[in-house]
Amino acid sequence: MLDTAKRPLVQVRNLKMYFPIFSGLLRRHSGDVKAVDNVSFDIFEGETLGLVGESGCGKSTVGRALLRLYTPTAGNVVIDGDDVATLSAEALRQKRPTMQMVFQDPQASLNPRMTVAAIIGEPLDEHSGLPTAEKLERVYTLMDQVGLNRRFANRYPHEFSGGQRQRIGIARALALNPKFIVCDEPIAALDVSIQAQVVNLLEDLQDRLGLTYLFISHDLSMVRHIADRVAVMYLGQIAEISPRDDLYADPLHPYAEALLSAVPEPDPNREGRRTRIILKGDVPSPANPPKGCNFCTRCPKVMPICHDLEPVLTEARPGRFVACHLVTPPQTTRAG
Amino acid sequence: MPVLEVRGLKTVFQTRGGEVHAVNDVSFHLRPGELLGVVGESGSGKSVTMMSLIGLLPSPPAQVRAGEVLLGGVDILKASPEELRKVRGARIGFVFQDPMTSLNPVFTVGAQIMEPLRVHMGLTKAQAEARAVELLELVGIPDARKRLKTYPHQFSGGMRQRVMIAIALACDPEVLIADEPTTALDVTIQAQILELVKELRQKLGMAIVWITHDLGVIAGIADRVMVMYGGQIVEQAPVWELFHKPQHPYTRALLRTIPKLGGQREARLQVIEGQPPILAGAPTACPFRARCAHAFARCEAENPLRRPVDGAALGHGHDVACHWTAPAQESADA
Repeated sequence: MLDTAKRPLVQVRNLKMYFPIFSGLLRRHSGDVKAVDNVSFDIFEGETLGLVGESGCGKSTVGRALLRLYTPTAGNVVIDGDDVATLSAEALRQKRPTMQMVFQDPQASLNPRMTVAAIIGEPLDEHSGLPTAEKLERVYTLMDQVGLNRRFANRYPHEFSGGQRQRIGIARALALNPKFIVCDEPIAALDVSIQAQVVNLLEDLQDRLGLTYLFISHDLSMVRHIADRVAVMYLGQIAEISPRDDLYADPLHPYAEALLSAVPEPDPNREGRRTRIILKGDVPSPANPPKGCNFCTRCPKVMPICHDLEPVLTEARPGRFVACHLVTPPQTTRAG
Repeated sequence: MPVLEVRGLKTVFQTRGGEVHAVNDVSFHLRPGELLGVVGESGSGKSVTMMSLIGLLPSPPAQVRAGEVLLGGVDILKASPEELRKVRGARIGFVFQDPMTSLNPVFTVGAQIMEPLRVHMGLTKAQAEARAVELLELVGIPDARKRLKTYPHQFSGGMRQRVMIAIALACDPEVLIADEPTTALDVTIQAQILELVKELRQKLGMAIVWITHDLGVIAGIADRVMVMYGGQIVEQAPVWELFHKPQHPYTRALLRTIPKLGGQREARLQVIEGQPPILAGAPTACPFRARCAHAFARCEAENPLRRPVDGAALGHGHDVACHWTAPAQESADA
């Protein structure tokens, strides 16, 4: 997959997603929760970009802003040639079939009053104009693709287990032959023994249909398995983007390093040998991020400059982008 | 002598759809100072087992049908509600998964830590407050005296879980039961809590039951592990044995199905096909048979009993509930 010519399918430039805070008697605009603050990255055709980080770091917001489920505060999101962030309503509707989403909680993202056939067929009703018989045929094909028995087409979501419900959500996302799918924590709500089934399905579909994924997850072991490149987010910004193997072997950003060291491994021998970096304290509020580097309050390698100057995401080694003064000293970067 | 011994515990839920046999003939013991890990998927009966022990399940629909729970030699299943109340929170402490829903939002953190101290230990207000400060410092909350007067919503998730641990430890329990205490937390916060628990074990030396579905967490902190599936204990072993010489097909498959953080990256994940069982009716066959690669006729006919693997007495070494015997050496490099 890597030897095909690398063409970015998704180009994100300076994406900002602020949620306003209104306070006081007059509900005046008094500040913003900077959920995503100046994020730029590319996703190449056919690759899986893993997006990892802790809860509240803005990874889901990035996923939603990319598909314009939120209207971004600023920035561009070019997906397959069109800037999704600024498209008009009708043009956006036309664009929707190329970009789809698989949600975290299959229980909450499937309408309990619709049958499986109706759920999977709804995007077809909206966008395809196929006659009923052909539409049903397409629904059956999709059910086959995701490993659901056709006989269950007239059942309701509650009659399925968590893993099967996630398959329904995937079939719905595939209905319109998308190019790009945002998978927002698609396995977080599933049991360990079921997670592997869903991940294998996503990989098979990618191989067969040439899909491009943004795989959002907090499970770093699973991201190592599925992603080609990985972006690590902290407090609304990207700390590091690197090819998978480089990141896991040698994380450059101190946060990426601490995050990886915190993941427990299912092997008592390795667990006994590892040195763990325990970060002090909690993540600061995104409504009031610290001055300078946003990780400076918890960074074990913090330097005086980190409190003053915000590091810029810079290519530190070929293909590896890091926002840290330690890795790319400020004289080599353009200040702020 | 074990601090806690459970023999033949059976818990059944009466539902409209019939009986659900959530816990089926579970026996285990907990030695002083030991950390026993309990692993299993949702619905495997790990939480219900622990809730049954100290009468925390609403009855009906739940019914503890058989078994003995010996705490210091006395069967607490036969205890009256008043006697049980003296055990809960005093001799057995609890930490639950979600610290936000298990703390009362309308009382200060201080009041909630002081409650068990005043009820169980009969401390005066001043004494309880002094002890509460001590406890908050013990679990690593800075500025403890000031924090006593704050409410749970003013704490972050990790800090709330520290408060829960402080409450559970308030009366110096003999046993601490922690039900998925780090599942709702981020990995860096989870690492903080795991570090804290390791430290507290050294300081206080209590016995801990740690319920989780995360085999990584278990590998790092447990001395001994119990694997539950379909309401039964299917394998029990010291932690190193379990990870390096797993015997039960379920344990073996589970260990293969999780991707690794280091080492060789797997091209494709191993899968356990099928779904966990529905526990209707008393089990007459092995609960894992439908998903098992090694199942044969006997698995359908007879629910396997636990049998020792390494010659030690049942429950003291490595045991497994399976008719199939794992080949001897190939697991060494697993």
